Parts: sequence; structure tokens; C-alpha cells
Amino acid sequence: MKIIILGAGQVGGTLAEHLADEQNDITVVDEHAATLKRLQERLDIRTVLGNGAHPSTLMNAGAEDADMLIAVTDSDEINMLACSVAFTLYRTPTKISRVRSADYLAKHKALFESGAIPVDVIIGPEQLVTKNIEQLIANPGSLQVLDFAEGRIRLVAVKAVAGGPIVGRELQEIREHMPRVDTRVAAIFRRGGDPIIPEGATVVEPDDEVFFIAAREHIRAVTSELREVDKPYNRIMIAGGGNIGATLANRLEKDYQVKVIERSYDRCRVLSDMLENSIVLHGSGNEPLLLQQENIENTDVFCALTDNDESNIMMSMLAKRLGAKKAITLITNSAYADLIGEEIDIAISPQQITISSLLMHVRRGDISAVHSLRRGAAEAIEVTAHGDTRSSKVVGRRLDELNLPSSVTVGAILRGEAVLMAHGDVVIEADDHVILFLTDRAQISAVEKLFAVGFGFI
Amino acid sequence: MQFAMAFKIIGVLLILFSTAMLPSLFLSLIDKDGIESAFATGLAATLFAGVMLWLPTRHLSRDLNIRDGFMVTALFWVVLGLFGAIPLWLAPDLPLTLAGAIFESISGLTTTGATVITGLDSLPKSLLFYRQLLQWLGGIGIIVLAVAILPMLGIGGMQLYRAESAGPSKDRKLTPRITGTAKALFGIYLLLTIACTVSYFVAGMSMFDAICHAFSTVAIGGFSTHDASLGHYEQNRVLLVSSVFMLLSAINFGLHFIALQRRSVRVYARDSETAFFVTVIASAAIVVCCLLLTTETLSFEDSVIHGLFQTISIATTTGFTTQDFSVWPLFLPILLLILSFMGGCVGSTGGGMKAMRILLIFRQGMRELRQLLHPNAVIPLKLDARRVQTEVISAVWSFFAVYMFCFVLIWLALLATNLDFISAFSAVVATMNNLGPGLGEVTNNYGAVSEPGKLILCLAMLMGRLEVFTLLVLLTPAFWRH
Repeated sequence: MKIIILGAGQVGGTLAEHLADEQNDITVVDEHAATLKRLQERLDIRTVLGNGAHPSTLMNAGAEDADMLIAVTDSDEINMLACSVAFTLYRTPTKISRVRSADYLAKHKALFESGAIPVDVIIGPEQLVTKNIEQLIANPGSLQVLDFAEGRIRLVAVKAVAGGPIVGRELQEIREHMPRVDTRVAAIFRRGGDPIIPEGATVVEPDDEVFFIAAREHIRAVTSELREVDKPYNRIMIAGGGNIGATLANRLEKDYQVKVIERSYDRCRVLSDMLENSIVLHGSGNEPLLLQQENIENTDVFCALTDNDESNIMMSMLAKRLGAKKAITLITNSAYADLIGEEIDIAISPQQITISSLLMHVRRGDISAVHSLRRGAAEAIEVTAHGDTRSSKVVGRRLDELNLPSSVTVGAILRGEAVLMAHGDVVIEADDHVILFLTDRAQISAVEKLFAVGFGFI
Repeated sequence: MQFAMAFKIIGVLLILFSTAMLPSLFLSLIDKDGIESAFATGLAATLFAGVMLWLPTRHLSRDLNIRDGFMVTALFWVVLGLFGAIPLWLAPDLPLTLAGAIFESISGLTTTGATVITGLDSLPKSLLFYRQLLQWLGGIGIIVLAVAILPMLGIGGMQLYRAESAGPSKDRKLTPRITGTAKALFGIYLLLTIACTVSYFVAGMSMFDAICHAFSTVAIGGFSTHDASLGHYEQNRVLLVSSVFMLLSAINFGLHFIALQRRSVRVYARDSETAFFVTVIASAAIVVCCLLLTTETLSFEDSVIHGLFQTISIATTTGFTTQDFSVWPLFLPILLLILSFMGGCVGSTGGGMKAMRILLIFRQGMRELRQLLHPNAVIPLKLDARRVQTEVISAVWSFFAVYMFCFVLIWLALLATNLDFISAFSAVVATMNNLGPGLGEVTNNYGAVSEPGKLILCLAMLMGRLEVFTLLVLLTPAFWRH
């Protein structure tokens, strides 16, 4: 596929890296020569210097025969205009744009769905990150919560803790513990080892990171098998009242007690106007006195969401040391994400989240959800099976007959409204949505081929 | 001349005001009650004064500046109050002194409802109608004052209502032009008056009484055509009708306009001032009813009906009475008098300091408490989901302080005229909040107050009605400097 990426920032760069690995022709456009140079040294891509909205720049980038334009520059306006120019001049089939401003998003229907601004897919990183954190807070104990089928099925990552009923025992016992709850463990990541594709006899050890799939209502029950489940969270403290912090506080304040710490007084005033029930504090999350004054020891979740990785990490460590039960930390630099240890419970990477939602549109075949996991090493996807027994390699086959690579497990199948957990004897039918878990992302092309429809299918 | 424009406007107002004596002149000609000459003289004098002011200034046309604004506003009640007193002073049926006549006239125009006249039931219709009409006209003046002038002058935080500072809630500016807004509000005022008249008539009043009482109900005045006020009527439904219209008239007329325009009552629920006002009145009514019951002051039915009616009447600063509430357990009359400090909502015909200001002061107090718990918190004071500017809050605070200061001064002055403690206290509360009836010697009638005392109370009524600052600013030397 020929893809033009506008903007070589965090998201653009990481995206280029991901996609270049997958045999795509990538052209990255940016106004900063140095950024482009650094990118080109590292990756097998083409770069074009210039303003992404200018027709000449797009022309140089090969817009005439590009399959897709992904506009992720810092400016909403350039992104939208570039999509418009590419569509008007070059009829680019797929146009994806990042739009941050909530003002544009509020008028989503009139502006984008009507075709007035020809953008096929809107990506709003702040919204995505906010939603992600919101789910982590709503599901105590989870490290990651991923939606499939509009949230009816979830893939949840939980760290096993000694004392959970199933920890130290074989996985198949789960069914004896909870006969009415159907779940499937998709993978287990053990510290310092390769990912384990679980079988009935696999023993869960403490500190294992367990990925399981279950219907939304069963998440809590399954989590409680793996660890003592935290009580539902109530007191949330957010450090950093930027876009993400403000949106998060706004969404949480109805159900939780929210405190927002922000350094700029002017921003505090804006926040306090915007928020109804939250308490807006003027100060910094790295002042122990302020944290203590505001009862950090009784805080359930401390979210460090400033735009500075180092501050976020230090603040979270401080908050944990002072007694916060859980820390969620925004970390943009993926190198840091590997460094962090026990002090920080959950590291959120905005690029990872943004890229997950972008990948869905880049993939071949009928893929309706992609989630990038473990910093891109693993992936969970939702793919639709098409065709019939003759034209497809999956339709009409039992799951245990599928010719899947060893690192791929089937998690669940959605048939219309019904959710089927993937047991070996389930037969795939046409139009089933299959949720797959890939512990090795390199196997994606094998999966794409497997689900591709043969020539017999019209 | 500096105030030429102000004089021109007062001239026009006087010419218009002279017509207010026409209906009574006709009534008195029809009834042959012998007061025609008093009304004719009043009409002629007012007309003459108006024309004299208007003639030399009629060709002037320039925009009013802020000093003219203060001048016109203050003079409106003072000058009209003086000229309105003429027929009352000259009427042969009324043995009023000049001070008494001025007191009665200003009490009418400021919609206070305090009276020095006794034997109302035997007075000719022309005089009775004239008093009620004074209140009704005063009500119109208040609406214009509250919606157009006070916000412009920014009295005591009323810049909140300035159209250009409306911010996110677009409700505040009703129509694009101020004349349009005034017309819309006058329409509401007229509509309420007509509805009230019809309701009173249906509830059992005579047509004359229904019109007269509708005038003083919608204006939150409190003048009645009977010595016993609304206690004259045996029917409870008259009291209920009255309660409903007093409440409606004490709510911001701008809200009525929007509610009518959108045909939705949700507008009221969403307005914090109205919600606060209704909550306070309802809680007070419950306390009053319960106390009347438990002290066995009245029977069950009377406790509920009269408790409710009297609470609404006093708290909205109307001042109709059914019972001699001064003989109720002392807590109750004092509670009701204190409530009248709140009065109605901004933009209504009610008196007092207005529910909005009390609400802001209350919220400010709560804010301080929260700030003590979270010293670093940035806590905005919000009203209808938007931030209230610090200047507004400090203006409200200084309004409160000055209001109270003036209250104490007038109270002391009144004590100096040999009035007893409770009568003086209640008289100042009742006049400054434009309420009407007080306690002690001034329960139904202010006849017992000395002549200088009456003039002091006139000042109190004007002060309350003009929101203190408008009158005080005229007394500052800076105002008169060029």
C-alpha cells in the first residue's frame, strides 16, 4: 500500500516505523528537515520537505497514486486542509486526519459525516487516551482494557498476585471456580521470558501478566480469580490540567471525587470554570506538602498527565510513596516505558493508543479493530470472516483445524449478537467476527492471508 | 446646562404622569364625591410643571451620560412622589398633613404599601383608585429601573445583568434594543395584571376591588381598598390567588418573557436565583405553618392558609395582611420581617436586597469554607454555570454593608423621634425593604409616627427603591463637580 504520512512528530514517526515494517511504501512529509533526516536514517521510507497542505508538496509526495493519506501534524487546520486538497486534486481514496480540538469534534456530523470536509477517519488522541484511562479506572486491578464489538467483549490485562484463587494453579480450574462465567486466557507474559500461549494445564504464577477475553459483565469476576480485586475507585487525583487532564476530569467528576492539580494559575481558572464538581488546585504534583494537604494517602488513583515524561514519572513515584494506591502515568518516550518498575502501576502511551486506532485502517482484509499491546510487540485484532467453505480458508472450519501460526490464539467469536468463547470445537461461519491475539506482530501477514477470500468468491 | 437632558426627561415624565389623575377625576365627576377640584388642581400643577421643564429643553437631543442617568432615576421617584401627593393633600375627605400626603404618595410609587390613611372602606372610589394606580405606575418604573437602568449604572453588582456581559447564557438580553426589552416587559406586566384581575374577580371580588387589588398585587405594593386589607375577604381562594400572583410578580420578569417565548416552565427551574428564592420562601412557609400549629395560635386550616399567605406577602415585600400577625408568637413576625430583607428576585417589582445578592453572599460564604479546607484550590463563584466576576462580588458586599449602615442610621434617627424600639425597627425594615406593615405602633397604620418621622421614612422608602447607591451618589460632592 502507498501511504503518505503528514507530520513526523511522535505519532507520525512511530506510525511510519510500524507501517514500514509491514511492506508498505511510506512517504513522510514534514517542515523540519532535521526530523525527517533522523527518521530516514533509521527507516526505509521516503521523505518530502514542505507544508503538507500545499498541493505541490502533496504532488511531490506522490499523492497522485497514494492509497492513503494520514495527516497527523500538530495543526488541526493543516490536517483537515491537506485531506481536502488531496481529495479535490488527487482523489485520494482514504484520508485519515488527527483532529484535537473538541470544537471541531462537537460538530462532527455536519462537518465530516456530511462530506463537507472530506475526512474518512478522525483520530483524536486526547479523546482516545482519556477513554483509555477512564476504562482503567472503571475496572480496578486491570493494566489495560481493550474494547471489541463496541465494548461488549473486552480484552483485559491483569497482573496475577499471589493470593488470587487461580494463582499457582492450572488454568482449567477457572471453569470449576466459576462454572457460569465463560472466559478465555489469550496469552500470559512472564517476566524475562517469551510469551506463553496458554493451555488448560498452564500454571499461573505470581507477577504473570495475564490477558483474558470475557464479556463486559464478567471482567470483574475473572479479575478476582487472578488477584484480590481493589474496591471500586472513588478518589481520583489528576496532576496536569492540560487537554487530557481536563477532559478526563470532566468525564469522571460525575461518578468520582476528582481533584486536579495544575501549575498555571490562568489555566486553573479556565479549569474551574469548566468543571462542576472537581476541586481545582493551583500547584504542582511534585510538591509533597500539597499532596499531603489534599489527602494523598486516601487517594485511590493518581494520574500524572502533564506533557513532561520526567515530571510524570517522578510525581507518580512520589504519590505512591506518600500513599496513593495506584498510579497511572502518561509516558510519551517509549524508552522510558521499559525502565519503569514497581512504583508506577500503569504507563499510558498516547502514541501507542493513537497508532492502534490508525492501524485498523491500514490493514488488509476486513479488520474492524486493532489494538497494539506490549508497546507494539503484540497485537489484538478483530477480523471478519468472509466467503464460503470453498473460497475461504476459515469459514466452515473448526477452530482447532485452522492453520494458525503458533503465536496466534483465537480469543472469541462474535456471531450477530452472540458472543462465543473460542473453544476448539467451534465452527466459524461466514460474517463471524473473530478476535485474534498475536503475541508476535510479525505474524500479521500470515493472518491477513488466512482470512483473505480466494478467487472463487465474488 | 449640565442636567438639561435630565430635566427634559423629567418634564416628559411629569406630562405623562399628569394623565394618571384623569381616571380618578372622571370617577369623582361621576360619583360627585367633591374631590374633583383636588384632582383637577393636581393634574394642572403637574402638567404645568412638566411643560415648564420641557419647553426650554425640547430641542435638546444628545445621549444621556451616566450622571443624567443617576439624576433621572432619583428624580423620577422624588418629583413624581411630590406631585402625586397634591390630590391627596387637597382632598377634603382626607385630613392629611403635607408630610402625610407625601408619605402616602411615595409609599405608593415605591410600591411600599405603608399607609397613613384610616377608614379606607368609607373613602370615595376616586381616591382609592388613585392610590392603587400610583402603585401600579410605580411598578412599571421599577421594572424599567431594574432591567435597563441599574445594570447600566452597575449598582451593587447589577452589572451582572448588563447585556454585553451576558457571556454563555444568552437569556439575559431579551430583545436586541432596550426599547424593545422595555416594551416586552411592559407586556408581561400588563398580562399579569389582567390575569390577576380576572382571577380576583372569579374568586369573588367586585370588579372595582379586583382591578384595584390586581394593581397593588402585581406591583408588589400592598395598598388595599379596605382597612382590613385582604382579611376583608372570607374566601380562602382570594388568598390563594393573591399568593400565586405575588410569587409570580416577585420573579424576574425577564424570565417570564423567556418562559412565554419558549412556552416552557423549565426556564424557571434552571435559573438559580428563582430556585433559591422559591426554596427560601417554601422553607419559611413550612416553619411558619408548623409554628402556628404547634403553638395553637390558629386552627389547622387557618394555620396553613394564613401561614402561607402571610409568609409570601411579607417575604415578597407586598405587605397584604389577613391577620394581625403582630400578635403571633414574636419569633414569627421577626422572621418574616428579616425575610423581607431578601425581598423579590432581580428584575421583579419586589423590594429588599433581592434574592440574587443574598444568594451570591451565601455562595461566597460557602466558597470561603471550601477554601479553608483546600488552601491551594482555585474555586470560582458560579451562577448558572458561569463565573461571577470578583468585582461583582465585591460590589454586592459593599451594597450589603451600605444597606445595613443606612438601615442602622435611619433606625437611630427614628428612635430620636420618640418611637419605641420595636416600632422603629419594624418601621425601618418595612419602609426600606418597601414592604409596608410593621409591628407595634405601625402594624396597620403609620399615623402614629411624628411628622419628621414620616419624612425620614420617605427617605428610607426612596433609598430602598433606588438601591441606596443611586440616591447616595447624588449626595457626593464629586457628582456635582464638572
